[in-house]
Amino acid sequence: MNWIAAALIGGSLLLPPFLAGDFYINLASQILIAAIFALSLNLLVGFGGMTSLGHASYLGVAAYISALLTSRYGFGHGAAAIISISGTVAMAAFFGVIALRATGLGFLMITLALSQVLWGLAYRMSNVTNGDNGITGLTRPAPFGISLDSPVSFYWFALIVATIAFLAMTVFVSSAFGSSLKGVRDQPRRMAALGFNPWLIRWTTFVYAGFWGGIAGLLYIYYHKYIHPTSLSITSSAEALLGVIAGGSGTLGGPAVGAALVLLLKNYASAYLERWNMLLGLVFLFIVLVMPAGIVPGFGRLTAALRGERR
Amino acid sequence: MQFWIIQGLNSLSLGGLLFLLSSGFSLIFGLMRLANLTHGAFFMLGTYIAATAMRAYDGLNLWLMVIAAGFAVAALGGLFERLVLTRLKTNPLGQVLVTLGMSFIISDACLMLWGGDSIPVPTPQNLQAPTRIFGFVFPTYRLVLVGLAIVAAVALYLLLERTRLGAMIRAGVDDMQMARAVGIPVSNLFTLVFCLGAGIAGAAGVLGGPILSAYPGLDADMLPLALIVVILGGIGSLLGAFVGSFVIGFIYTFGIALFPELAYIILFLPMIFVIAFRPQGLFGRVGA
Amino acid sequence: MTSPALEVTGLRKAFGGLAVTQDVSLVVQPGERRLIIGPNGAGKTTLFNQISGDLRPDSGQIKLFGADITGLPPYKRAQRGLSRTYQIITLFAGDTIEHNVSLGLLGLRPSRWQMWRPISHYPDIATEARRALDAVGLLQLADHPISDIAYGERRRVELAVALAQRPRVLLLDEPLAGLSNVERSTVKALIASIPRETTVVMIEHDMDTALDLAENVTLLNYGRIIVDGERNAVVADARTREVYLGT
Repeated sequence: MNWIAAALIGGSLLLPPFLAGDFYINLASQILIAAIFALSLNLLVGFGGMTSLGHASYLGVAAYISALLTSRYGFGHGAAAIISISGTVAMAAFFGVIALRATGLGFLMITLALSQVLWGLAYRMSNVTNGDNGITGLTRPAPFGISLDSPVSFYWFALIVATIAFLAMTVFVSSAFGSSLKGVRDQPRRMAALGFNPWLIRWTTFVYAGFWGGIAGLLYIYYHKYIHPTSLSITSSAEALLGVIAGGSGTLGGPAVGAALVLLLKNYASAYLERWNMLLGLVFLFIVLVMPAGIVPGFGRLTAALRGERR
Repeated sequence: MQFWIIQGLNSLSLGGLLFLLSSGFSLIFGLMRLANLTHGAFFMLGTYIAATAMRAYDGLNLWLMVIAAGFAVAALGGLFERLVLTRLKTNPLGQVLVTLGMSFIISDACLMLWGGDSIPVPTPQNLQAPTRIFGFVFPTYRLVLVGLAIVAAVALYLLLERTRLGAMIRAGVDDMQMARAVGIPVSNLFTLVFCLGAGIAGAAGVLGGPILSAYPGLDADMLPLALIVVILGGIGSLLGAFVGSFVIGFIYTFGIALFPELAYIILFLPMIFVIAFRPQGLFGRVGA
Repeated sequence: MTSPALEVTGLRKAFGGLAVTQDVSLVVQPGERRLIIGPNGAGKTTLFNQISGDLRPDSGQIKLFGADITGLPPYKRAQRGLSRTYQIITLFAGDTIEHNVSLGLLGLRPSRWQMWRPISHYPDIATEARRALDAVGLLQLADHPISDIAYGERRRVELAVALAQRPRVLLLDEPLAGLSNVERSTVKALIASIPRETTVVMIEHDMDTALDLAENVTLLNYGRIIVDGERNAVVADARTREVYLGT
C-alpha cells in the first residue's frame, strides 16, 4: 500500500480528539467500530470468497452476552468480555460447520437463515433479552482504571483496538495461511490437488472472522451502552456487506473506507429522511450496477493514471 | 383435543401458504441460480395491496384481489428482472445483493405508504362461518386455503411436467448450457419464471392476508421461512418445496403454540439435521 | 516385490443411465511411463478425476503404492505423493509465476498453517520454486504475472508446479493440448526428463503426439479398457486401429 496514503490516513485518525467537537469524535468512534466489523466480514467475502449475510450474528451475540453478564449477573467487564468472545467464537465454530456444508449461494442462504433465527430469538426470548425493549443502562469498562465515559477517551480506546485489529488482519491475510486462503478462493480444486484442505481453511477463516466480529460487538455495546435485536438484523449484516463492497473487497483497507461512507451516509440521511432502509437499498443497487469493484480500487486506478500521466 | 385439531389445521394452512411462497423461490433459484431475497417483500406487497384495496372499497372480492395483486407483483418483478437483473448476468453475488436492496426498497415503501400499524384483510363473507365436521369446528377459510395450495401444487406440477414451457424450464434447471444449445430462449424464460415466482408470491400474500394481516416486517418474517423450506426440501424441487412447506408449517405452528420462546430454535433444528446429513436437501438435485 | 505405483481395480462410475467408467482395472509400476489414449468421450479425464479424488467411483478400488486411497479426499492423496495437471489450465492468474510454484510447494508443508509469516519469509520455498522453474526453463520469467505469459509457457508452469512437489505419481491430463509445434517439443522434452522417482501417467487423445514418451499404453473407449500393454504391441493391435479408424 502506498506509504504516503497510509501516513495520511494514520495521521488523520489521530486528529479528531484535537480538532473536533464531541459529536464528531463520537461519529469517528462509530466509524472505527463499523470499520473493524467490515474488515472482519471482508476476511470472508474478499479474501475467502465466502459471502455471508449473517455476520451481524457475531456482533450481536457478543454484545448481548456482555450486556447480560454485566447488567444481570454482576460480572466485571474483563470477565464478561472473555466469556462473551469465547461464546461468540464457539458459535462461529458451530455455525461454520453448518454453513460450510455448502458454498456460494447455498452458504449465503444458510448464513442468512441462521442469523434470522438468532434475530427472531432475540425478539421472542424477552425474559432473557428483553425483546423489543433491548437492554439498557449498561456501563463502559475502565481498563487499568481509566474511564472511557468521555468521547475522547473512548475514541482513543477504539482507535487502539481498531489499529490492533487492522494489523492483525493484515498479517493474517499476508501470511502463508492467507495465501492458501486466497488460493482456495480462486481455485479450490487445484488447491486440494496440491495438498491443501479447503474446508478446514475456510472454516478456520470463518471462526477468525467471527472472533473479530465479536470484538466489534463488544466495542459496539461499550459505545452505545444499549443493545437491541435490530443489531442482529439482516439490515445490520447488509450495511456491513455494503461497506465491504462499496469500499472494495479486494483490498485491505477498502472495507474500512466503505464502512465509514455507509455510516456517514446513514447519519446524514437520517437527519433528512426517515427511510434509511430504502436509501440503503437504492445505494446497494447503485453500487452493484455502477461500480461493482468498489470505490477504493476505482480511486487506486485514478491515482495510478494520474501518476502515469505525470511521467 | 380441539386445540390439537386447530393447531393441526393452522399448520396445514401455514404450510399451504409457505408452499405458495417457496415454490416460486425454488423455481427461480433452480432455473436462474438466483437466491431471490426480494421474495418476502413480494409476498408482503400482495398482502398490502389487498389490505388497502379492500379497506378503501368495501365488498371487494378477495379472489379478484388475488389475481389483481398477483399480476401487479408479477409486473413489478418483471420490470426488476429486465432492468436490473439482466445487467448482472456475470455477477451472481451482485444479483443477490440487488434483490436484497430491492427488498429494502419495497419494505420501506410499504412503510411510507401505509404506515406502521397492521392492516387486516377481511375474510371473504361466504367463508366466514365456521365449518362443522365430526363435531369439530374449523375456520372455513383455512380449509379453503389448504385446498387452494393443493390445487396450486397440482397446477404447477402439470405446468412443469406436461407443457412445453415446463419442459423448457426443466431443461434449464437440469443443464443450462444444453438448453441454450438446443435453442431455448433462456433470457425470456428467465423473465417469465421470475414473473411467475413473484406473481405467485404476491397472490400468496393476498391469500395470507386474512390470517396474517399486512404489517411492516411481514417480509422479514416470511423470507427465512421460505429459505428454510427450500434448504430443507431441496432447491429446484417442487416436491421438496411441498413437503418442506408442510413440515415447517407444522413445526412452526406447534412450536409457537407450545414453546413460544423457543419456536425459532425448533425451526432451526430440522434445518441443521438436513444440512448435516443431506446438504442438497431432502429432494434437491441442483447443487447450491 | 514392491507394490505397483498405481493400482486400479474394477472401477465403475455411472451418471444416471450413462456408464462412464466400466470395470476399469490397471496396474502401473513404479517409474513407468504410461499413456492412456482413447477418442473424445472415452472417459479418460473421468478416470483421472476418480484417481485424483475429485470424483467418487460407484464401486472399485484405487491403491497408491499398496495403500488404499479410494475413500480419501483429494488433498490427502496429494499428501501421499499424487500430483496432477489439468486439461484446462488452473493457475492463479493474478499472481506471479514464482508465487504459483511457491503456493504449490506450500501445500505439503506444515507451514501452510502459519498465520503470521508470509510465504516470502521461507527462503527454502523460494529456492525450491526457482529450481523448479529453472528445470522447465522459465526462471527468467519468475516475477512475471501469469496473465503476461504465453499459453505454452503456462503449460510449463503447470508442469513446474506439479513437479516441484516431487510427486511419486504424476497424472498429466492432455499436457500437449493447444500447443504449437515448437512448444510441443519443449514440453515433450520436459516430460521425457522427469526423473524415474516419479511415475508418469499421461492422457492424450491424439495417439501420435505422445507415443514416443510412453512405455506402456492403455486404450480406453466408452469407459472400458480395450487394449492394455507394451506400446508397440498396442499400436499394432487390430482393436486399436478399429477404435481410431473404424466405426
